[in-house]
Amino acid sequence: MRLRYFAWLRSRIGTSSEEIVLPDTVRDVGSLLDWLRQRGANYQAALADPGAVRVAVNHEYAGMAHPVTDRDEVALFPPVTGG
Amino acid sequence: MIRIVDTAFDPGAELAAFTASCPDTVGGIASFTGLVRAGPERIRSLTLEHYPGMTETKLAAIEAAAHERWKLSATVITHRVGRMTPGEAVVFVAAAAPHRAAALAACAYLIDWLKTEAPFWKLEETPSGERWVAARESDTEAAARWR
Repeated sequence: MRLRYFAWLRSRIGTSSEEIVLPDTVRDVGSLLDWLRQRGANYQAALADPGAVRVAVNHEYAGMAHPVTDRDEVALFPPVTGG
Repeated sequence: MIRIVDTAFDPGAELAAFTASCPDTVGGIASFTGLVRAGPERIRSLTLEHYPGMTETKLAAIEAAAHERWKLSATVITHRVGRMTPGEAVVFVAAAAPHRAAALAACAYLIDWLKTEAPFWKLEETPSGERWVAARESDTEAAARWR
């Protein structure tokens, strides 16, 4: 899976993108976020407040129950502030 | 039409080009220009980050939804990314229609949805350091009125 991070999530995690192989326990967005939080203090800090994290799977907004696989591009970012 | 640009653009020139491209069935054009605001803290710069690919997908969807909802002749969304300074244009949105009501409503619709759906983020450089701009509840409410 390709993971992308933007804005303060990117700076807190410390990278803008990474390739990962999903463990069997990760099947949806919610379990992906739970798994990422276990990966280190930077992930824990960036993803601590679920209300501040928006998720897009293959460029479309997705909720916690949206399924994910290794073929997806998943982006994590704060609420948008364009315009 | 959707354009993401990484250099300064002239909103007057955008409007002139859009107007010139309209067919003679157009009776009115409404436009909105968003500028970098210095604000009370006198920010030094604003840097717009975005998610290439998803940005274009979302803007195209917002534009298509406006055309579905109103009888429009043409629309344009130009959004700047990268570093810019107070007074410069960040975004230009325009809608052309046979009649003004559709043009005015669609213009507001485009900018309201752009602000809540399109993946852009603002980083302000203030005299005391850099700060990510927080999303505003009023922007979410502005978009919700179109539901």
